[in-house]
Amino acid sequence: MNRNLLKQVVIKTIPVMTGYVVLGFGFGILSENAGYGFWWVLAMSVFIYAGSMQYLMVSLLTSGASVISTALATLMVNARHLFYGISMIDRYKGAGAKKPYLIFALTDETYSLVCHGDTPEGVNPHLYYFLVSLFNQIYWIIGSLLGAVVGSAVTFNSAGIDFAMTALFVTVFVEQWLTAKNHIPAVAGVCITVICLVIFGGDLFLIPSMILILAALSLGRPVFERKESGGGAAAELPDASGLPEQSAAYDTRERSSRHD
Amino acid sequence: MTDTRAIALIAAAAIVTALIRFLPFLLLGGRRKTPEYITYLGKVLPYAIMGMLVVYCLRGVTPLVWPHGLPELLAVAAVAGLHLWRRNTLLSIAGGTVCYMVLIQFIFK
Repeated sequence: MNRNLLKQVVIKTIPVMTGYVVLGFGFGILSENAGYGFWWVLAMSVFIYAGSMQYLMVSLLTSGASVISTALATLMVNARHLFYGISMIDRYKGAGAKKPYLIFALTDETYSLVCHGDTPEGVNPHLYYFLVSLFNQIYWIIGSLLGAVVGSAVTFNSAGIDFAMTALFVTVFVEQWLTAKNHIPAVAGVCITVICLVIFGGDLFLIPSMILILAALSLGRPVFERKESGGGAAAELPDASGLPEQSAAYDTRERSSRHD
Repeated sequence: MTDTRAIALIAAAAIVTALIRFLPFLLLGGRRKTPEYITYLGKVLPYAIMGMLVVYCLRGVTPLVWPHGLPELLAVAAVAGLHLWRRNTLLSIAGGTVCYMVLIQFIFK
């Protein structure tokens, strides 16, 4: 590991840094105001580490929810993470001691950065994924602690700043659109989720959406595999894990990574 | 709520979240060769999931009530437009977010 790699990780994670510091800040304020200050915020950001769940956690704590209803709420809100695991199985294979943390820290935002599988040349992909995951969690922790400590002193109108996360996902979506040969999975993801949102409403639509997306992709497999959904980096990756941990080769990628 | 009870709730949320994240790896990750079906899903799912996440982020939009989701629509268009134009992730995110903040704070109050 060297400075160059760290620099690349920071550049790559700046969008998440922005989003996480802002969203974490919001969570910190909310939690502090509900009577769960610094240490509670730290514990939740370290051990739960799931943005929307932590926001919900504050209302569960203040409304006196039971352990069972908390567990069920978590299941509903976070079930989408099952998908991230399914699509990262091959890429996280052979990560060794880093693997448990890679899996633990696989949030929406981290997933959006690691799911294309593009890693700087000459860098051990698992080390790179590990640093991206770790940096993202550090941003989240710092943001949430700042919110808990100085939140009440902020007077600047920050309404709408949480759109940064939506913008990150839109950017990744567009980027994937530009690299994919087959656009049906992307279109299916949007259409199925919108239909489920209309039918099931904002609290219940995620799980039906996931089931239908899985069904649609499974049914379409014979067609999609013939078309070879391009840009799916999973196909290119397996060889990359054998690369040496350090190499000068990634210097050349430094500039282009800004446009990743 | 007592502190012990609060700790129990946080632990429940942490354990369930971790279980969800670990489950696919526990069920499918142990085999030497990943089933082809899972490899296939690994290739196509990211596209579908990103679409799902965008909709998930916009789930609070109310198309039938003022402002009819216009701030979100315009800001998403700004992000996509900026990204198609310069293909610079930071510019797209920063530009879109500032656009959204201006829209909801000054225009669609």
